[in-house]
Amino acid sequence: MTVQDWFEKRKEAQIQRRALEARVEIEANPDLWTKCVHCNAQLLKKDIEENSMVCPVCDYHFRVSARTRIEQLFDEGSFEEYFGDIKPTDPLDFVDTESYKDRIAKAQEKTGLNDAVITGIGTIEGHKTAFAVMDFDFMGGSMGSVVGEKVTRIIEKAIELRLPVIAVTSSGGARMQESALSLMQMAKTSCACARLDEAGLLYVNVITDPTFGGVTASFGTLGDIIVAEQGARVGFAGRRVIEQTIRQKLPSDFQTAEYLMKYGQVDIVSPRKELRDTLANILSMHEQGVQ
Amino acid sequence: MSTAFDFEKPILEIQKEIEKLKQMSLESGMDLNKDIETLEHEAAEFKKELFENLNPAQKMQIARHPERPKFLDYVNLMCTDFVELHGDRVGTDDRAIVGGLAKLDGRPVMIIGTMKGKSTKENLEYNFGMPQPEGYRKALRLFYHANKFNLPIITIIDTPGAYPGISAEKHAQGAAIAYNLKEMQKLKVPVIAIVSGEGCSGGALGLAVANKVYLLEHAYYTVISPEGCASILWRDASKNLEAATALKITAPHLLKFGIIDGMIKEPMGGAHTDYEVMANEMKSTILNALSELDGMSGEDLRNQRYDKFRKMGSFIE
Ligand SMILES: [Zn+2]
Repeated sequence: MTVQDWFEKRKEAQIQRRALEARVEIEANPDLWTKCVHCNAQLLKKDIEENSMVCPVCDYHFRVSARTRIEQLFDEGSFEEYFGDIKPTDPLDFVDTESYKDRIAKAQEKTGLNDAVITGIGTIEGHKTAFAVMDFDFMGGSMGSVVGEKVTRIIEKAIELRLPVIAVTSSGGARMQESALSLMQMAKTSCACARLDEAGLLYVNVITDPTFGGVTASFGTLGDIIVAEQGARVGFAGRRVIEQTIRQKLPSDFQTAEYLMKYGQVDIVSPRKELRDTLANILSMHEQGVQ
Repeated sequence: MSTAFDFEKPILEIQKEIEKLKQMSLESGMDLNKDIETLEHEAAEFKKELFENLNPAQKMQIARHPERPKFLDYVNLMCTDFVELHGDRVGTDDRAIVGGLAKLDGRPVMIIGTMKGKSTKENLEYNFGMPQPEGYRKALRLFYHANKFNLPIITIIDTPGAYPGISAEKHAQGAAIAYNLKEMQKLKVPVIAIVSGEGCSGGALGLAVANKVYLLEHAYYTVISPEGCASILWRDASKNLEAATALKITAPHLLKFGIIDGMIKEPMGGAHTDYEVMANEMKSTILNALSELDGMSGEDLRNQRYDKFRKMGSFIE
């Protein structure tokens, strides 16, 4: 055995011992640990949380809840929720493999939210703005009557108070369980965007992973400025539907934020950590009022 | 009747019996008129009952009938002097959306619709009625034209949805639809939308932010195709009947939810059995709607449109 071999062996033994220690630690406190879904690294949950829910190893952006997103973007204590009491109903008595009523109850319990969006007013580095932030964990961030109503109301509130609006989207699309009523939320929110337009107020979209279907085809892409979060997947039709229709495999970067930027659909692709500064900067340049 | 539906078979059986009796009476000289009359009456009654009680899946079959009148059939039967206006002016003429100027009872209008074909060749030209983003942008150009020259806008919609493809995504299918929804709200002219067959998803809505929205008797209007819904929620596209039923996609439900302003009656047996009767019925609905909207100012029309969609939805607080 050469000296080099000896060092190699010792190094390997050390690595193995550390891995074993880590395993013991994980087994002792499994709740503290998680695996990155992207790079497979064993990570302390705390380390991801302290890193804005971004993997410290590979920069993968984990999905965040609406509440976390608001904490990340808005000045501490500046945020006031509006229209939080609006709750969904089951107008169609919809039942698939599970009833809509049960799905609502489960989603409410899981997220602590009444539905898939939080609306309110807050400040970002001192710049006051109205906002709607969606939560993907509530039935895939789907837009039914409640999402449509809250988004419309916060836009109307912004017009009344002459504030800009920021919409952070994360949605699989319109909520099937409310059928045509969900479809009409696309019209309703877009009509509100028309009035926001005419009021000369700034509207910014922040598109996060994933944003599809009825939200992409309504208030989700009607902003004066569109920012996509790094790594977000965005589109109208889902990847699977397109693959089935055209019977060919799609490129791996298809419908990513970066792909959208390449095809002229978004203004800015921002890493999560820069999002707050990006938004503050944009807001700061639209405060002279409009002719 | 090569295009009869399965559920129409009992009527065909009765009609065969009637033919037999007629033949018999001709050959034998017997007077069978009374029997024939009774049978004919029964057949008519049966048909009426059948078509008044169709389930959503049967309506879907009628709405998707290959011979169902298409957009250009309605234009030709309802209007005169049609001048088709082509293209989005930035590179494409999407044939899935057709539009142009026409006269309706002598009055100039802008008429725009999704177009399907009746043969494979035609369907390839019109992409089975599934528009690309360029189609929505062409429609938008025509909306602006109508707005500039104070022409009422009529849209006729029959689409399985906006096309899901690579180019459609590259060219922002979602944003193209969204932009139409927003810009339609701003129009200062009357807008009337009619769902004449399939009214699926944002692809249909992209032409339907209107002051008045109507649905043909056997047409349907839904957030997602029943097949799409079945494959997501039931994980089985063949559960489309269950999905169609659960989605409540037909006129009576849509009226109840305040989604549509009215249902346009189809000739007995469906729109494809009598183009002229169908077109006349549609035309008189449009003329009535126009006379209701005619007294309104541009601002009134915008407000009416806003309030109409503003009210839609179901929630508690
Ligand atoms: Zn990672």
